[in-house]
Amino acid sequence: MVIIYTDMNVYDMEEKEMDIIRALDKENMKQDLPNLKVGDLVRVAIKVKEGARERLQIFEGFLIGIHGTGIRRAIIVRRLSSGIGVERVFPIHSPKIDNIEIVRRGKVRRAKLYYLRDRVGKAARVKEDVKAKK
Amino acid sequence: MQKCMIGKKIGMTQVFTDEGIVIPVTVIQAGPLSVIQKKTIEVDGYNSLKVAFGDINERRVNKPTKGQFEKAGVSPKRCMREFRLDNIDSYEVGQEIKVQDMFSEGDRVDVSGVSKGKGFQGTIKRYGMGRGPMSHGSGYHRGVGSLGPVASPSRVFKGKRLPGHMGAERVTVQNLDVVRVDAERNLLLVKGAVPGPKGGLLTIKDSVKA
Repeated sequence: MVIIYTDMNVYDMEEKEMDIIRALDKENMKQDLPNLKVGDLVRVAIKVKEGARERLQIFEGFLIGIHGTGIRRAIIVRRLSSGIGVERVFPIHSPKIDNIEIVRRGKVRRAKLYYLRDRVGKAARVKEDVKAKK
Repeated sequence: MQKCMIGKKIGMTQVFTDEGIVIPVTVIQAGPLSVIQKKTIEVDGYNSLKVAFGDINERRVNKPTKGQFEKAGVSPKRCMREFRLDNIDSYEVGQEIKVQDMFSEGDRVDVSGVSKGKGFQGTIKRYGMGRGPMSHGSGYHRGVGSLGPVASPSRVFKGKRLPGHMGAERVTVQNLDVVRVDAERNLLLVKGAVPGPKGGLLTIKDSVKA
């Protein structure tokens, strides 16, 4: 069985066994996700079940961290909800997540923006990256 | 129908249910198996099915083993296993058994394999015994401790748990859920962990508890 990946490096292709897992994961991964980066202001639409019907709940906030690879990838989104910081971790390939939208790109120099937790008001902002493509 | 399958552990990953619940799964390259021999009560005293798994270069197989493959009319395989089954009428020598013939989603299975070798280990890692204080001048850290009473019986009881070789033994994990069967790639996804390293050989049977 030969599987060729164009977006993975040579190191990944050496291990045939890992290829099977990668291929399995890839089938279940969402292909239409935007290129999420730390610092982005994102709008996550979550499917919420209320009795029989389903509706979308929007959670908008700064993306302050990304962890995991492949199907395990998850993002941490932080927002202020009536003055109280709320953080949610979303496994981005979960079927419960309807879509993720980038509102604006942020310009940051850290991989994890945990310093935002200690800041309030004007200091807790992320600079916009005007050059970046959405 | 009693089930039997030989497989190779590929590794672990996760799958989502429709409700968004994450299931940890082990991916097993299961089969295809070739039936080498049918043992019957009349000839051998018991019913069993001898099956082989995994392609191998012909030069790697010695002559007595090669003879068995030739008799069954299949190409040489890496390993052979025998499964005690009550009813073997539905199988023919030389027949190929695929994973989708044996399992379907929602089945419960027992998975056996040889666990990872841990080498010579003390009683704390091997049996989960307690340890002494590491500081405050204790002087007793991870030692074995008392072996038992003294004057009576003046000996150490048999079976006293002591340091020794750990791992690299046959382990069975019972009652695992079959999450998915991939007929195209001969894959079996079971919920949870199974014994042994990646690439390790596994035997899969229907669960005794189901």
